[in-house]
Amino acid sequence: MRYVTEFQDPELARGLVEDIRAAVTRPWALMEVCGGQTHTIIRHGIDQLLPEGVELIHGPGCPVCVTPLEVIDKALAIASRPGVIFCSFGDMLRVPGTDRDLFRVRGEGGDVRVVYSPLDALRIARDHPDREVVFFGIGFETTAPPNAMAVHQARRQGVRNFSTLISHVRVPPAIEAIMTSPDCRVQGFLAAGHVCSVMGTGEYPELAEKHRVPIVVTGFEPLDILEGVRRTVRQLERGEHTVDNAYPRAVPPGGNPAARAMLEDVFEVTDRAWRGIGVIPRSGWRLSPRYRDQDAEHRFDVTGIDTREPAECRSGEVLQGLLKPNECGAFGTVCTPRTPLGATMVSSEGACAAYYLYRRLGAPAPGAPAPAPVPSAVPSSAVPTPVEANPVG
Amino acid sequence: MCLAVPGRVMEIEERDGTRMAVVDFGGVVKDVCLEYLPDLAVGEYAIVHVGFALQRLDEESALRTLELFAELGLLQEEFGDPWEAAAPPGESPERAREQEQDREAAR
Ligand code: SF4
Repeated sequence: MRYVTEFQDPELARGLVEDIRAAVTRPWALMEVCGGQTHTIIRHGIDQLLPEGVELIHGPGCPVCVTPLEVIDKALAIASRPGVIFCSFGDMLRVPGTDRDLFRVRGEGGDVRVVYSPLDALRIARDHPDREVVFFGIGFETTAPPNAMAVHQARRQGVRNFSTLISHVRVPPAIEAIMTSPDCRVQGFLAAGHVCSVMGTGEYPELAEKHRVPIVVTGFEPLDILEGVRRTVRQLERGEHTVDNAYPRAVPPGGNPAARAMLEDVFEVTDRAWRGIGVIPRSGWRLSPRYRDQDAEHRFDVTGIDTREPAECRSGEVLQGLLKPNECGAFGTVCTPRTPLGATMVSSEGACAAYYLYRRLGAPAPGAPAPAPVPSAVPSSAVPTPVEANPVG
Repeated sequence: MCLAVPGRVMEIEERDGTRMAVVDFGGVVKDVCLEYLPDLAVGEYAIVHVGFALQRLDEESALRTLELFAELGLLQEEFGDPWEAAAPPGESPERAREQEQDREAAR
């Protein structure tokens, strides 16, 4: 309980931990979906505070981490073109493509700019009518509505030199994929609060019912996480499997209707590849046909790129909750936030970065048991072959 | 960018037919689009993600979250210099910034 003193309200935290302890009669494995939640958990040692048997499995909820290598390579190709201003969120600068990253492209003379908001990219396009301005639109349901608005506004304002490279992902199909995997150990979900701020909770009852799995909408402050775990464990112990909202202060059941309407207008649902995981059916958005001329993939020919993942990076398994970051042979040795091999070490939301920053675990000791063989969480032919353990250094 | 940060609305104005606000995030001030929360008023708090207000938040939770983010250094990460944060060992963010300034000047 030594970390409890770090909580904003230590008494409340202690009470929640005691409640969980009192409720637990057997082991449970819960997945926190959101990378922000993973960071809170590791930073505050919440996983170590929980009673033995309650395990938190880190989910794939880091948008930077799951953006496919192929899309990163397309971004690098577009950003390298003369006449293009390539706008991106700052988190994407160091995400490794096959042979370089956006930071490097900029060093080589590409005009790469970091924007805080997609509307900043639109403004740059208005200010530079003689240039092609491309915005890198990645992210989950929280980020998709802002990006949709930029596309919509460009159309409304007649800004013709603005296009977007879109790689949006949706959480519910990822939950479906995780639950239908033969290797799935997850018995309850802490759903990502801010995703639900936009989408509401309407997509979850069907999943909870079908897979008999409790889904508790959870915020990302330490006390929010403990409350989410408490409610999930209580349901599991009672044999219940409902959708419960433990973050009502930011999540109305219907989400944000204006944002959802814009998503409907600008995007259509599509199958998407998740980096390290493979294709998950209906798990993403692309621009709807009405906005095709604003799709950077249509405007620039970026086909035929040869993509290669570094063989030693096991972030696909990390993203599926099959491997803890410190069980990767490269962790903390050849792979650090300054010399990242995989996106999960680059991103501020990535699980590998969380372990590195807060737990400072070393690489696995020589002779430590090898991680279990790697199954794939996603039943799809597009899932890459599992990478053999390949400890480095 | 994954982070959604609570902020307090200081001013609201219509710009290019878009409802925009000036929002204070514990000292850092940014332009924020209100199209998804059009009835948000001056003085209220909202969760803001990549420059868009997405949900209202009560003052107490907003201040608590801001304090937590400041403690964790997340505000610095969200609003600080992204080139500096991304600079690999041996490379200077200044060089990247100078290049951008040169380019701006050349236009
Ligand atoms: S520690 Fe590095 S190499 Fe290993 S899975 Fe994480 S990002 Fe990949």
